[in-house]
Formats: sequence, structure tokens, C-alpha cells
Amino acid sequence: MPRSGTKSRRRFVIGVIMTIGALLTAFPFVWMITTSFKPLREARTYPPTVLPDEATWESYVTLFRDLEFGRYLTNTIIVVVVGFVGLAFMAMAGYGFARYRFVGKNVMFLVVLATLMIPVQVTLIPSYLILNKIGLTGTVVGIAVPTLVSAFGIFLFRQFMETLPDEVFEAARLDGAGEFRIFYSIVLPLSKPILAVQTILTFIAGWNSFLWPLVIAGKQENYTLSVGLALLNQQQSVNPPLQMAGASLMVIPTILIFVALQRFVVAGFTMSGLK
Amino acid sequence: MRDDRGTLPATKLRHRSAIRRRAVPYVFVGPALLLLLAFGVLPIVVAGFVSLTDLDIAGLANRDNVSFVGLENYRTLLSDGDFWRSIRVTLAFIVIGVPAIIAISLAIAFGLAQGTNRWFRALRTFYFLPAITAIVAISLVWGLLYNTQFGLLNYLLDSVGLPKVNWLSDPTVAKFSVGIVAVWRATGLNSIIFLAAIQNIPQEYYDAAALDGAGEWQKFRYVTFPLLRFALMFVTVTTLIAWLQFFDEPFVLTDGGPVGATTSVSLFIYREGFSRNQFGYASAGTVALFCLILVVTATQLRLFRRNDAS
Repeated sequence: MPRSGTKSRRRFVIGVIMTIGALLTAFPFVWMITTSFKPLREARTYPPTVLPDEATWESYVTLFRDLEFGRYLTNTIIVVVVGFVGLAFMAMAGYGFARYRFVGKNVMFLVVLATLMIPVQVTLIPSYLILNKIGLTGTVVGIAVPTLVSAFGIFLFRQFMETLPDEVFEAARLDGAGEFRIFYSIVLPLSKPILAVQTILTFIAGWNSFLWPLVIAGKQENYTLSVGLALLNQQQSVNPPLQMAGASLMVIPTILIFVALQRFVVAGFTMSGLK
Repeated sequence: MRDDRGTLPATKLRHRSAIRRRAVPYVFVGPALLLLLAFGVLPIVVAGFVSLTDLDIAGLANRDNVSFVGLENYRTLLSDGDFWRSIRVTLAFIVIGVPAIIAISLAIAFGLAQGTNRWFRALRTFYFLPAITAIVAISLVWGLLYNTQFGLLNYLLDSVGLPKVNWLSDPTVAKFSVGIVAVWRATGLNSIIFLAAIQNIPQEYYDAAALDGAGEWQKFRYVTFPLLRFALMFVTVTTLIAWLQFFDEPFVLTDGGPVGATTSVSLFIYREGFSRNQFGYASAGTVALFCLILVVTATQLRLFRRNDAS
């Protein structure tokens, strides 16, 4: 009994420390949200206040009424939706690599792994030149297409689909199901956990992407939220509530989606072979 | 898997269906692979080629304005003080940032692994938040906390009687200010990776170690640590590469300043490419960064493999 006593006391102490750490980690988000509701005058007073004295929606209204944030939001949503086409491609590729043997497979998979090492900054200028050549600079499609497929995504799908039991496939083939039918009505439903993880990652990647949209967007009407926000920072460096309202607009949807689906994420990392 | 075998093209019909069946895997991997080739592999080739030219904004409009300059861009790059400074800045971030991120993520992962109840699971979310939220937005928030006029951090220093700090305008301090945001952001994902690895270690290993009379430290030294090696390697390699690509935080917080103190290699390349429109010159920087990443990754993989062997 005394042993388990020290153990539970230790767990309690660690729990307290971890809780304090968690609150500190999350604090910038609290500050962001409370500041976004402050009137400009209050946000620029010293000493700073934590909670707004007179909370106001003013900054959010300004973002949509006087600035183009409605437009940026629409563009960001388009980028995310196009991203899900990429998700389908990654699932297909993962399945192809996991379940088939074909000429050139090893070379192709090596190409996939090799692109894992190529950083965005390296492809930045050449991708810009390539898109410029085919006339896609300054379009929302141009923002979405180059990042549609990630090598890491393909890798995770392959890892998962290799673990699917052979019997399922044998049974389906005996029943005369075609290859694409098998993929669509057997493999995808069985892959729900990894699909959930990849859905979150695809959403987050599309929603948060910054450097590439910054380079390729060109005209203001093609800006995504991230680009609009960085621009706002340069224009309105002395209007904290407006900045924080923009930041909240970008951050809160991600947090809500993550909290709703977070149990899949840890599970996803566990099963993705990162053991 | 068995499609490739045993399909004899005896009749034309069977032949056609055999071809179709052979095509199936290519249809599955094709679209993704083409996109990866177009935007992952082709750019490297293009960068290599463009780096040998003097392509700029005039060359983009009319190809007659582009000429082949051989290794001229690389020669200029090697004697460019700004380039070397960006390399030094990036290395400084790596030397401090990589150990910091690994140590903090490991500590958080061990803390979170102590409990499996609802409370501990809720805590995970808090630690993970910085990793999933947009860095542009987050950098703005930190910029506000760092603000010297009405920022919270200086107020806190002030209220305990410490002098105010020029978080983003002092060259030395700015490196740390920008680095802290990056470390804060990177720990979430890495803690989850470590946590998953820790939770994958079977309890029997610990029970066996306890039977042999191992204490907490010995359990860590002989059970946990060796089994975390893959996660450690993964985190080290990806963290290092992430620092080599460091961009968003300095871009938003300091725009590379003051006096270049936070200009990473990526920021240097971005500026040469898209502010000065020197695409040829920036491509040379791109190729240099790519080689740097290749060398660093290969060295690390070799080091880890040697450790594995011993």
C-alpha cells in the first residue's frame, strides 16, 4: 500500500506541473481571443488588461466590412476543398504501393521517399517559374495544386494498408469485385482511422499554408487568410485588436476541428509505424 | 498481388483484360506520382538549370533577356556576406533549437505518459495546439506579447522590478525571441510522437525490469531509452530539417532583422528571389540549401546507423 501511495502522489505532482505547463502553452491563444474583443484604446493602454472592460465585435466587423477577409476566407476554403482531391490521390497511391507488385514499383517508391527530403523553400522558385510558364500564377488553383500530394501522406497510407488482412481481398475477388470496386467499397471503409488522420492533416496544411500562397497569389483578390493576415500586420501594426481578430479567425476553426477529432490523431501516429 | 502471375494471353479478350489488369496499379499510383514529379522532382532540375543563368524579372517577360552565366551565381554566393550570415544565423538556431526541442518534447511526453485518465488526455490537446495552428496568426500574437510599448511580457518584467527588454529590436535578444516561438510551436507534434513511442513499450518489459530490481532511472536507461531510439532519430532528423527551412516566424516577427540577425537561409533565398527578382541567383541559393539538407540528413542517418550497430 505505501508503494502505491507514493506512486499516486507522484502522479498528482506531475499532473499539477503538466497542468501549469499546459496553461502557459495555451496562454497566447487566450491573449489573442481576449485582445480581439478589446476596443483599440484599451488594447494600447499600459498596463495591459487581460479581459476587455467593454467587449466589442468591432474588429471582426471591420475585417469583413472594410477589409477583404470574406474574400480571403472563401479562397482559403477553396484551397482546402481542392486539397481533398489530393487526399484521394494519396489514398490511391498508398493502396497501389501496399497491395500490388508492378514493374518500376521500387523506383517509384524511392522517388516518393526522396521528395520527403525536399523542402518547400527549395521548390519555391522553380515551382513559381513552372506555374508562370503554364499561366497559373495569380490563381487559387495555382495556390492549391503544388501541395496537393505529400510524400508523407502516401507513406502513411501505404503503412496502414499493408496491414489490411489478405482474406478480405481474396473474398472480394472471389465474389467478382473489380479492383476499383474493392478499393472503393472495402479498402476505404476499412481505412477510416488513417483517413480521419489524413483529413485533419490535409485541412490543417491547406488552411495554414503561408509561404507558397504568399509567393503565388499575386493579386489581392487571390489572397488566402494567412497572406491577408501577414499583409494586415504590415499595414496595421498599431491596431492589436484588429490583428488579433484576424488571427482568431484563422486559429479558432483549426482548434475546433482538432478538439473534435483529436483522438484519431494520437491513434494515427501510433499506427503509422512511428514506434 | 497475384494478378501478375498466371494470366496467359490465350485469346484476344483475355489478352486485353490482362493488359487492363496490369495497368491497375499504375492508375492507382499515377496521379500522385505525376504531381510529385511535377512539383517535387522537376523543380530541383529547374532550380539547377536556372541557377546557371541570370534570370530576373526582365527574363521572365522575355526569354531573350536570359543568358547562360555558368557558375557565376555560385561564385557570387560564396563571396556574399549576407549569404554567409544567413548560414551562421541558421546554424545558431539549429545548435540551440534542436536540443531544446528534443529535451522539452521528451519531458512533456514523459509527463503526459504518467496518466491515462481524462485529465491527462485533455492536457495533450493544450500542448498540441501550437503545432496545428497557423504560424502567421501565432507569430502576430507573440509579436503583441513582445511589444515594447504595451506588450504583456515587458509589463510582467516591469511588475517584478526587472528592466524592460527590447524583444525584437536587439539583435541578440531577437534571435531568442524568434527561436522561442519556433520551439513553443515544435514541441507539440514531437511530444505526441514521443508519447506514442512511450505508450507502445509493453508493460511487461518494465515488470521484468522491476523483478530484476531495477529502479526508475535504470528502467529509463535500459528499457525506455533504447526503445525510443527510432522516435529520437525521426524527431532529430525532422527537427533539423525544419530549422534549415526556418521561415515563417522571422518573416512575420522581424522580417529578418534587426540588421539581419534573424535572416535564415530560407529568408535570404526568398528575398533574393521575390523581393529582388534575382531568380537565377536565388536558385543558386536554393541548390546550396538543398545540398546542405542532403549532407545533414545523410550524416545523421549514418550516425544513427553506427549507433545501432554498436
